[in-house]
Amino acid sequence: MKKVLLCATILGGMFALAPQNANAAGDIIVTYKDDVTTLDPAIGYDLVNWPLIKSVFMRLMDNKPGTAELVPSLAESFTISPDGMTYTFKIRNGVKFSNGRAVVASDVKYSIERAVDPKTQGPGGGFFNAIKGYDDLVGGKAANLSGIQATDDHTVVFTLTRPDATFMQVMAISFSSVVPKEAVEAAGADFGKKPVGSGAFTLKEWTSGQRLVFARNPDYFTPGVPNLDSITIEIGQEPLVAMLRLQKGEIDVAGDGIPPAKYAEMKASPDAADMLVEGNQYQTSYITMNTKVKPFDNVKVRQAVNMVINKQRVVQLLNGRATVANQILPPIMPGYDKQFGGYAYDVEKAKALLAEAGFKDGFETVLYATNTDPQPRIAQAIQQDLAAIGIKAEVRALAQANVIAAGGTEGEAPMIWSGGMAWVADFPDPTTFYGTILSCGGAVKGGWNWSWYCNPDNDKLATAADSMSDPAKASERAAAWSKIYANVMAEAPWVPVINELKVVAKSKRMAGSPDFYIDPVRIFNYDAISVK
Amino acid sequence: MLAVLVKRLGSSCLILLGVAAITFVLLYCMPADPAVMIAGRTATPTVVANIRHELGLDQPLIMQFFNYLANLLKGDLGRSYVQKSQVSSLIAARLPATLILMFSGIVVEVVLGTTLGVIAALNRGRMLDHIVMGLSFIGVSAPQFVVSLFFLIVFAANLGWFPMSGFGTFNHIVLPALTLGVLGAGWYARMVRSALVEVLTQDYVRTARAKGLTGVRVVLRHALPNALLPIIAMIGIDIGQFMSGVVVVEAVFGWPGIGQLAWQAIQQVDIPIIMGVTLVSALAIVMGNFLADILAPMIDPRIRV
Amino acid sequence: MRVLREILRQPAALLGFAIVCIVVLSAFAAPLIAPFPPEQQMFDGLTLEGSPMPPDAKFWLGTDTLGRDLFSRLLYGARTSLIIGVVANGSAVLIGLTLGMLAGYLRGTVGNIIMRFTDLMMAFPALLLAIVLAALLKPSLWIVALVIASVNWVQVARIVYTETCALVERDFIVAERSLGASHGRIIFFHIAPHLIPTAIVWGTLGIATTVLLEATLSFLGIGVQPPQASWGNIIFESQSYFTAAPWLVYYPGLAILLTALSFNLVGDALRDILDPLQRGRL
Repeated sequence: MKKVLLCATILGGMFALAPQNANAAGDIIVTYKDDVTTLDPAIGYDLVNWPLIKSVFMRLMDNKPGTAELVPSLAESFTISPDGMTYTFKIRNGVKFSNGRAVVASDVKYSIERAVDPKTQGPGGGFFNAIKGYDDLVGGKAANLSGIQATDDHTVVFTLTRPDATFMQVMAISFSSVVPKEAVEAAGADFGKKPVGSGAFTLKEWTSGQRLVFARNPDYFTPGVPNLDSITIEIGQEPLVAMLRLQKGEIDVAGDGIPPAKYAEMKASPDAADMLVEGNQYQTSYITMNTKVKPFDNVKVRQAVNMVINKQRVVQLLNGRATVANQILPPIMPGYDKQFGGYAYDVEKAKALLAEAGFKDGFETVLYATNTDPQPRIAQAIQQDLAAIGIKAEVRALAQANVIAAGGTEGEAPMIWSGGMAWVADFPDPTTFYGTILSCGGAVKGGWNWSWYCNPDNDKLATAADSMSDPAKASERAAAWSKIYANVMAEAPWVPVINELKVVAKSKRMAGSPDFYIDPVRIFNYDAISVK
Repeated sequence: MLAVLVKRLGSSCLILLGVAAITFVLLYCMPADPAVMIAGRTATPTVVANIRHELGLDQPLIMQFFNYLANLLKGDLGRSYVQKSQVSSLIAARLPATLILMFSGIVVEVVLGTTLGVIAALNRGRMLDHIVMGLSFIGVSAPQFVVSLFFLIVFAANLGWFPMSGFGTFNHIVLPALTLGVLGAGWYARMVRSALVEVLTQDYVRTARAKGLTGVRVVLRHALPNALLPIIAMIGIDIGQFMSGVVVVEAVFGWPGIGQLAWQAIQQVDIPIIMGVTLVSALAIVMGNFLADILAPMIDPRIRV
Repeated sequence: MRVLREILRQPAALLGFAIVCIVVLSAFAAPLIAPFPPEQQMFDGLTLEGSPMPPDAKFWLGTDTLGRDLFSRLLYGARTSLIIGVVANGSAVLIGLTLGMLAGYLRGTVGNIIMRFTDLMMAFPALLLAIVLAALLKPSLWIVALVIASVNWVQVARIVYTETCALVERDFIVAERSLGASHGRIIFFHIAPHLIPTAIVWGTLGIATTVLLEATLSFLGIGVQPPQASWGNIIFESQSYFTAAPWLVYYPGLAILLTALSFNLVGDALRDILDPLQRGRL
C-alpha cells in the first residue's frame, strides 16, 4: 500500500512539473543534451555555459556582438600607461547586481582574485599570470593580488609584471566576470547554481537535469538590451530529437548542432535560408605526433605524415561542415598566413621521406581519439591514409579524460586526433594556439602539449611577440606570430587537418544578424538575438 | 525471523562497503587525472598541483578512502569536481525520474510477461503458444536503442501520439516505459511459461486436473503461485538492471535520470558523482535482492532463509 | 545424434538450427563471400556530401558512414559477435552455474561467502565496472569478452542458487542424502541435471544480451576497437544516420535479432529434449 501511495505522490509531482509552452513573443527555448554544469564564472569553461555566463555577468570589457572588436562594458573608459604595464579602468555609474547592490571597483578586484585563487579550483587562473602578485597568490604566499588596486569606488588599477598584448582580451573573457562577494560567500560552492551578476539576464529557475529559465534584467545598463524576455534551456534532448522538434516549431535553437543525416536534409530543404546559420570559428582540428616517441622524433617522418592525410575526405565525412587546414591558426585569426602553402598531399614524396628516415616498409603505431561520433570515424579515415605509406596505426578510441591523460604522459600516446575535445580559442589572439599546447612549458606531465614539442627559440619569439602590447603594433605582432607558426610547421609536430565551421539551427521566427548566432567570441550571443 | 532480518541487513551494509571500496580503488587506478580535467587547457603544473591539493588527491589512497567513508557516514557524498554542487542534491534531483521509469517499466513487463506466459503455458504446443513464444523471443533479442528509436520515430515523430522527449506528464513516460517493458516482458513470459509447464506436469496438478478443474483455475489456484518465485527473483534483478542500465533509454527519450548524470560524470572523471551514483544504484540493487530473499520463503515454505 | 534427430523433427527448432548454421558458416567463409575487404573505405561508397549509399547493384546492402560495404562488414561482424556471444556468455554461464550450485548445495560458510560475493558483484552497476576495467586494460576482443563474462555470470549464479535451494529440500535429494550418497554424486547426478534447462535458457537468451552489451561497450569506447566490425559497433557508428540511412541500423539489428532468435529456438528445443523430468511425459 505504501509503495502505491509513493508512486501516486511522485506522479502527482510530475504533473505539477509539466513545462509550460513558452513560445510567446520574446520567450525562446534552447535545447541541450547535457545539463549545464555551472554558471560560476570562475569555474564554467565549456561551450554551453560560456555564452550563458557572459549574459548573466558583466566584465570590464566586452566584445561588440557578432565581432571580435573590444568595447568597454562595465568600464566606462580606460587608460594604458605608455610602458604597457599599468591599466586604469573607470567603472560605470549606476550598474547594479541583481541583488540590488551597486557594482564597485573592489568587486572587480575580488572577482579576479577569486578566479586565480587555487581554493576556487577554477580552470581560468592562468589567464591572469601577467598581473603583479600572481605567483604569490597561486603559491599560497599571499591572499590577494597586489597588482589590482581599487583606488576608489569607481577606479581600479592593474599593475602587470610584463607588457601583455592579450590583457584587454583577457578582461573580456568569462573568468573576468564581476561577482558580488556577499552573494558568493552566502552561496559558497553553490554559487554556480545561484549566480548573482549584473548582466543582461538573471537566472530565475534551475531544475537540475530538466531546465533553466533566464529572464531579462530590467536594470541592465544598456537600454533595449537584451531583446528577449526570457530564455528557457531544456536539458536532456538528443540532437536528433531536438531537430525534429525544431522543424515542428516547438523549440527555437538546437544547442548541440545538427546530426549529419539531418544536416543534408535541412540543407536541401527550402527552409535552409531561414533556419541554418553557418560561420567560421577560432578552431583547428589536428593530429599531434609525439616528438618523444620513436619514430616521430624524426622530423622527416612527421613531414611524411603531413603529406598523406586526405583532408578533403575528412571534410566530406563532416558533410562539408569544415574547411581544409594547412597551418596551425584558423583563417579568421590574426596572424593567419594566406601565402603559406603547408605540406601538399603527395603520397610518393611521403614514401620517399619515410625511406630517407629509414622506414621504407613503414612502422606500427597507435592513434588515440575520443569515443564520440564522428571522431572514431575520422580516426579510421586517418588510419587508412597512413596505411598508404605503410604506417599501421591501431586506433584507440577512449573517453575524453583518458585521451587527455595519455597525451599528458610522456612517451604514452604516439599520435592523437584532437577532434571532439572542444578546442575553440577563448579570444581572437594568435597566442591562444601556442601557450600551453606548443610551448616548452606545456610539455610536462599532465600538460596539454601532446606533441611534447619544445623549441626554446620559438618560446623566446613568442614572449617577445606577446610583449608588443601597443595596439598600433598589432600588425607587426601578427607578422611575428606568423613567423613563429611557420617555424613550428617546418618541424611538423602537428598535422593541421581541418577548421570546423559552426552551424546553428534556429527556428524561423528567430531574428537578428547571423553573426549573433555564430558569435566568434561569445559562441552564441543571447544578448543580441531577437524574435521576429 | 527478526534475527535473520538483522543479519541480512548487516550483510547488506557490508556489501555496500565492499562496492564502495572496490569502486574507489578502481576509479583511482584509472589512468586519468581529475585535476588536469578541472584545471583546463591553460593551466600550468603549479595550478594543477594546487587543485590536486585542494581536492585532497595528493593524500595516500587509504586516507582518501577513510575521509570519504567518514563523510559518507555523515550523509555527505561530497561535491562534484566539475559542477561543485553537492552530489547528494544532484542525485536527489534526478532519482525520482529514474525511479518512475523503473517502476513503470517493471509494471509493464511483469503484467505483459505474466499474461503472455500463462497464455503460452495453457496452450502448450498449439499455435498460440508458438506465436507468443515467438514474440517473446523477438522481445529478448531486439536491440534496446533500435526499439527506442523506432518507437520514437513512429509513435512520436510520425503519428504524433506522444511527446518526443522530456519529462513531466503521463504521456512522456509511455514510450520509455513501453520500450523497457516490451523488451523485458519476453524474459518474464519465458520464465512464467517454464515454471508453469513444470508445475502443470507435476502429480498434484495432474490430480487436480483429473478431478475436473479447468485449465485456468488450475493455473490460478495451483500453478501461478509457484511461478511467483522466479518472477520475484527476476524483479529483484531488474531493479538492479534498470538502475544502471537505463542509460540508453534515458538518453534517447531525454529522460532526466541518474543514468545521464553518470554518463556525463564518466566522460569528465567526476569521481564524486560516479561514486555517488554507483552507491545509490548499489543500494537499490541490494534492496531488490533483499526483498526477493525475504519474500521468497513467505511464498514458498520449502525455501528456508 | 539422437538430439540432432529430434531437433530436425521440430519445424521451429529446424529453422533456428538452420539460421545458426548460416551465421556460423558466413562467419567462417566471410573472406570467400564478402565482395569487398571489410575495412576498405571506398571513394564511391559515400555521396559527395558524405552520406552513406543506399543498397544498389554494387553495394548490396548499401555502405556505412565511412563508405565501406555493409554486406562485407556484416559478414565479418558475424565473427566478432559470435566469438563474443559464445565465449563470453559461455564462460558466464559456466561460472554462474558452478558457483550458484555450490552455494545452494553446500550452504554454510562456503555458500555464504559465495553468495555474498555474488551479491557484491550484483550490486555493481555493470556498465561502470566495464568502463573502469577497460580503462585499466587495453581494449580488444578478448578483453571485451572477459569484461562481459565478469559482469554476466552473476545473474546466472543467483537464479541457479535459488533453484538449487529448492531442489535440495526435495524428497529425492533428501532420500539420496540419507542413503549416504557423496556430495559429488548428488551434485552431478541429481542436482546438475535439473539445472540444465536453466543453463540452456540462460545460455541461449544470454547470447542476444551479450551481443547488445558488446554494442554498448563499443559505444563507450571500450568495445571492439575500430575498424574491426561487430554488429554492435556498426549500429553505434551510424546512430546519427538513423533516419536518413535506416539500413545501417536495420540490417545489423536484424542480424542480431535473427542470431539471438535462432539460438533461442535451438536452445528451447534442446531444453525439451534434454530435461529428464519432462522428456517423454507430454
